[in-house]
Amino acid sequence: MTLSEEELAEELTEGPPPAVPSRARVVAGRFFRSAQGRVGFTVLALMFLLAFAGPLFSPWTYTDKDFTAFMQPPSARHWFGTLQTGSDVFAVTLRGMQKSLVVGLLAALVSTALAAVVGAFAGYFLGWTDRALSWVTDLLLVLPAFLILAILSPLFGPGQWPLFVVMLALFLWMVTSKIVRGMTVSLKEREFIQAARYMGVPPVRIIFRHVLPNLSSLLIVDATLNVSSAILTETSLSYFGFGIQPPDVSFGTLIADGSKTAIYAPWTFWFVAGLLVVTVLAVNLVGDALRDAFDPSSSRKGPR
Amino acid sequence: MAGFLARRLLNYVVLVIVAASLAYMLAAMALDPRSNYADRTPKPPPAVVDAQLTALNLNDKTPLLQRYAVWAGGVLRGDLGMTVAGSPVGEDIKRRMGVTFRLVILGLLFGSLLGVLTGALAAVRQYGWFDRLSTGLSFLVLAVPVVVLANMLILLAGWANEHLFGRQVLLVSGEYSAGLDAGLWAQVVDRLQHLILPTVSLSVGLIAVFSRYQRNMMLDVLGADFVRTARAKGLSKRRALTRHALRTAMIPVVTYFAFTFGALLTGATFTEKIFGWHGLGEQLINSIFGNDVNTVAAISLLAAVAVLCAALAADLLHAALDPRVRS
Amino acid sequence: MNPGLPEGAAPGPVLEVSDLHVSFGGVRAVRGVSYSVRPGEVLGIVGESGSGKSVTTAAVMGLLPPGARVTGSVRLHGKELIGAPERVLNSFRGKSVSMVFQDPLSALTPVYRVGDQIAEAVRVHQRVSKETALVKALELLELVGIPRPAERALAFPHEFSGGMRQRVVIAMAIANDPDVIICDEPTTALDVTIQAQVLEVLKRAQAKTGAAIIMITHDLGVVAGFADRVLVMYAGRPVEVGGVDDIYYRARMPYTVGLLGSVPRVDRGGRQPLTPIEGNPPSPAALPPGCPFAPRCPMRIEACDEREPPLFEVGDGHRAACVRWQEVRPGPPAPPGGGPGPLRVRGARTVLAVRHLVKDYPLVKGAVFKRRVGTVQAVAGVSFDLRQGETLGLVGESGSGKTTTLTQILELTPPQEGDIVVLGHDIARLSRAERAEIRRDMQVVFQDPLASLDPRMTVHDILAEPLRTHGRRDPGRRVAELLALVGLDPSHAARYPQDFSGGQRQRIGIARALALEPRLLVLDEPVSALDVSIQAGVINLLDSLKARLGLSYLFVAHDLGVVRYIADRVAVMYLGRIAEIGHVEAVYDRPAHPYTQALLSAIPLPDPVRERSRERILLEGDLPSPANPPTGCRFRTRCPKFRHELTDGERGLCVRIEPEVRPLGADQGAACHYADKREVV
Repeated sequence: MTLSEEELAEELTEGPPPAVPSRARVVAGRFFRSAQGRVGFTVLALMFLLAFAGPLFSPWTYTDKDFTAFMQPPSARHWFGTLQTGSDVFAVTLRGMQKSLVVGLLAALVSTALAAVVGAFAGYFLGWTDRALSWVTDLLLVLPAFLILAILSPLFGPGQWPLFVVMLALFLWMVTSKIVRGMTVSLKEREFIQAARYMGVPPVRIIFRHVLPNLSSLLIVDATLNVSSAILTETSLSYFGFGIQPPDVSFGTLIADGSKTAIYAPWTFWFVAGLLVVTVLAVNLVGDALRDAFDPSSSRKGPR
Repeated sequence: MAGFLARRLLNYVVLVIVAASLAYMLAAMALDPRSNYADRTPKPPPAVVDAQLTALNLNDKTPLLQRYAVWAGGVLRGDLGMTVAGSPVGEDIKRRMGVTFRLVILGLLFGSLLGVLTGALAAVRQYGWFDRLSTGLSFLVLAVPVVVLANMLILLAGWANEHLFGRQVLLVSGEYSAGLDAGLWAQVVDRLQHLILPTVSLSVGLIAVFSRYQRNMMLDVLGADFVRTARAKGLSKRRALTRHALRTAMIPVVTYFAFTFGALLTGATFTEKIFGWHGLGEQLINSIFGNDVNTVAAISLLAAVAVLCAALAADLLHAALDPRVRS
Repeated sequence: MNPGLPEGAAPGPVLEVSDLHVSFGGVRAVRGVSYSVRPGEVLGIVGESGSGKSVTTAAVMGLLPPGARVTGSVRLHGKELIGAPERVLNSFRGKSVSMVFQDPLSALTPVYRVGDQIAEAVRVHQRVSKETALVKALELLELVGIPRPAERALAFPHEFSGGMRQRVVIAMAIANDPDVIICDEPTTALDVTIQAQVLEVLKRAQAKTGAAIIMITHDLGVVAGFADRVLVMYAGRPVEVGGVDDIYYRARMPYTVGLLGSVPRVDRGGRQPLTPIEGNPPSPAALPPGCPFAPRCPMRIEACDEREPPLFEVGDGHRAACVRWQEVRPGPPAPPGGGPGPLRVRGARTVLAVRHLVKDYPLVKGAVFKRRVGTVQAVAGVSFDLRQGETLGLVGESGSGKTTTLTQILELTPPQEGDIVVLGHDIARLSRAERAEIRRDMQVVFQDPLASLDPRMTVHDILAEPLRTHGRRDPGRRVAELLALVGLDPSHAARYPQDFSGGQRQRIGIARALALEPRLLVLDEPVSALDVSIQAGVINLLDSLKARLGLSYLFVAHDLGVVRYIADRVAVMYLGRIAEIGHVEAVYDRPAHPYTQALLSAIPLPDPVRERSRERILLEGDLPSPANPPTGCRFRTRCPKFRHELTDGERGLCVRIEPEVRPLGADQGAACHYADKREVV
């Protein structure tokens, strides 16, 4: 062993910090080397900037109404045109985008956390824990989320959007949780988990110290993709009036209003629809590039 | 095998019962049929309202569990209760079921077949032009929610009818033209004209999902030892892929089918509502706004049954495709 | 460049490879391989993982993954294959050149019947009807020794055992009477008695087809018994080529010598330490400037670093790539097997005692439609004990129950039947404190060094985890101590397991097991995932640690050679029971149980003369299903003694009564009614 050992040691003493790049840096490096990752990240960053910094540059706020311009096409005065009510489409769209992004992010975080914990516990303990948790998972899978959320919609009054986020998250976690469970079952057979068990490390600590960190790539990717599905679900619900309630606006409510006037006033529909698609596309691109960055073998099936 | 299937079925039945009960309870708690009477002029006296609500088993003054017991008892006898308007829920639903299932089954067939085909082709020529194109398109499609897609299709169809065809080729409202008095052939053409856009809007997303999944499964299998064995036998690449890789990669995709069915029902709801089809989805949305607890519960029950039937079908299909599961 | 090997007089070579290079995006995996094989000849290609031996054959078959760049020449009957159109390649693959792969479990398409898959191989190259092809498939199945071929042809691959699947793959390989059969580690995934069967089938297949065989393997024993000529590869290049005797007895390349010296052998007693090769094989992406073996070579001189040595002609048909080949001497000759060594007096304190241990598993069938179809008795009444300072080797093939026994001991849950006493505590009656105490005093080292270390933790955290779990604060100093103890640099504590080589990772695993100063170490196949040259170093480390720290080892392994080196006593398991147990020298030199005898005789020796002159006891068939074991003696269905030596009257006892382990000598016992000591290695 000695020779290579010494060489390695020399390497170490020469450079001040250990020459081992951290995993996060490796992943980030791979992520930004892929065109997909770069494009997705840039677009997403621009979208956030637009949503949160954009309103600062607009002379109109989303509650302002211009009684001199109803249903006007885009102009220097109203960049995206105006609605029937005289609202500035640019201001309203950015406001809706803010809400959709926040709702999407929060719902994705909550649902992924839930999925991780439920799946890991079910997969690690198996037996009755698993049976009970899997049964609940199956039950929620049986009912389309949209249906339950729509039924519960009368509860989300105006200003109740945090409750809406929680409910949204409650119907996003099941599939991930099943995947986490499956991976936990196989991870549990892995020898490093067994080693920890035979060392006497308590189960809950094993889950949080060994199981979940080893699923982190899956969870990060999943959380990212959940952002897009949360945004999409929110849009659909709000479109039918089951989600975000007026006076709050979101992509869904705007698209619902816009689609009614789209034929003769395209600006009321296409700007908001376009921004929605670009946002979700960017999130998906980021998620996919992250997946590749975490696990290079997943897409590049070259020689090992 | 039979005994096993029976156990599986029992498990599903229990899930359906619990799911439907849950849906009823949620609907009964969240919806408020009493508010339907508030806007009427003249305002009906409270006693009359109470009597009506009680007759319909919708009175929120009756304890929830009691209302549930009445509803569940009815369901067991095949009676799904009354709508808020006082007509039986069952009749209306029976009529609408056909509309919805026609849409769902067509969408499913197109979506899964085209999706699997696209995915397989993309995987065979990984990083070829087809792979890049289909990947790009499916990313785009997955970023467009059905509600937006459907509206875009309507706008596009309007434009196409005007500028491309010069007449109404793609029809965007309803299942058929009311009062069309023409021969059988004209009727069929008319129905097809109505069918195209809803089916497209429902299946495009499915194609994207299935093609991504099939592509990934296929890529997993392409590197498998048994494909190499097939090549080493002297099979051409194409034959090794179609006979050995595709066939094996289909198996996980079939199980995935059960997962997508719920999403498909939701998609069908949007599609119906937007294209003005009088199906279950449209009725669901209307009845939530109409505080029609019994209709909502009945549709939830149907949805749960449909999802579990899909799961069971996926199980059977899985067993048919995979000898490892059968034995 | 490298001219082809000297061509023999009569028949020309069927396959000629010259100056083959393969690179993957700048990484040169194969750097100039040349060889040729004549009809009926067996060429062994030997090398450790990463030596490029499998890539070479994939290149010959034209089955490299897309991004590979191939140059050089591969000629089949004089026809060039490199750069030939796909159609031409398809017509020779499976017809003129066929291939047997390493992992039989995944080499067959799971969704088609075995018979159809063989018939497909026939029909690709012969214009025959489906029925004719199926008939041919049945003949082939018969030829490779699958019982009841007509019935088994209708089965799916998952209904076959590994050995049977490999036979099917061989049947496919010979379906079109090929001229060359390439076998890529064909028996590596198989148990040793099954390996002997499959090698026998390969020999039969060769005799039938007259094909040349290229046998790629890391197992020097298999090559010794099978090959006519041997090519040793290192870092993508042949470093020594020659007749099998030249390589084994007159090696002229220090790597070959080192490789032969590091193999633990079942036929050598007396416990001399193995001679490992220092260091690790170089990564193909970062080769040293001169001879790639120089950094590990005991005979390195300055000239070695200057340029890569060519293959020198060192004898008739024998070439070696070493500038000092004239000085290279093969290792010392094998000392005579000798009688059993002096029996050590066993220690007084028992650290582990297992008595009549039984463990059943429900037998569940189907992936989606799960249902219980029976009970598998994985362990059926196993008893042994382990004394302080002793190493007990627990050996057996897959399905023997050794892993279950191990798990039962490690889980510390009350056994289903029988007793387990660990360090004086009966585990059926453990208090919390006692359990924690055992968890501290009994540690485990796993087989796969990468899988046993959490990839998300640094080496420091990995080694500190047991210390923290058992309440030790500030583990920093102890971690450095541990790394030094297992021969690693303490300054590497900040690295991740991925940054180490296989051998180093296993050392980390051992360091973790030693962190809490345990008294009993359970070693689950600790070296079987390592290359031979690395394995020897780890074995030596384990041996010296035991002496220094006064440890006791329970050493589970399937490699009987390794066990002979490290263990004091050995227990041989078969189908959930102990067949033979006793002092290592006694059991290896004069095994008494027919199973032990067959097992030992099935192990190929890296010594061509002895290997070819040995009489092998071949077991027939597969391990019976543990869900439905034979009545009486569990081994009788495959027992050569039962089949060929016993009278009907004597057999009655085997059928009726399950034998218990009976003492047969000072420290040897066998579970056979007719135990009879015999020399087999």
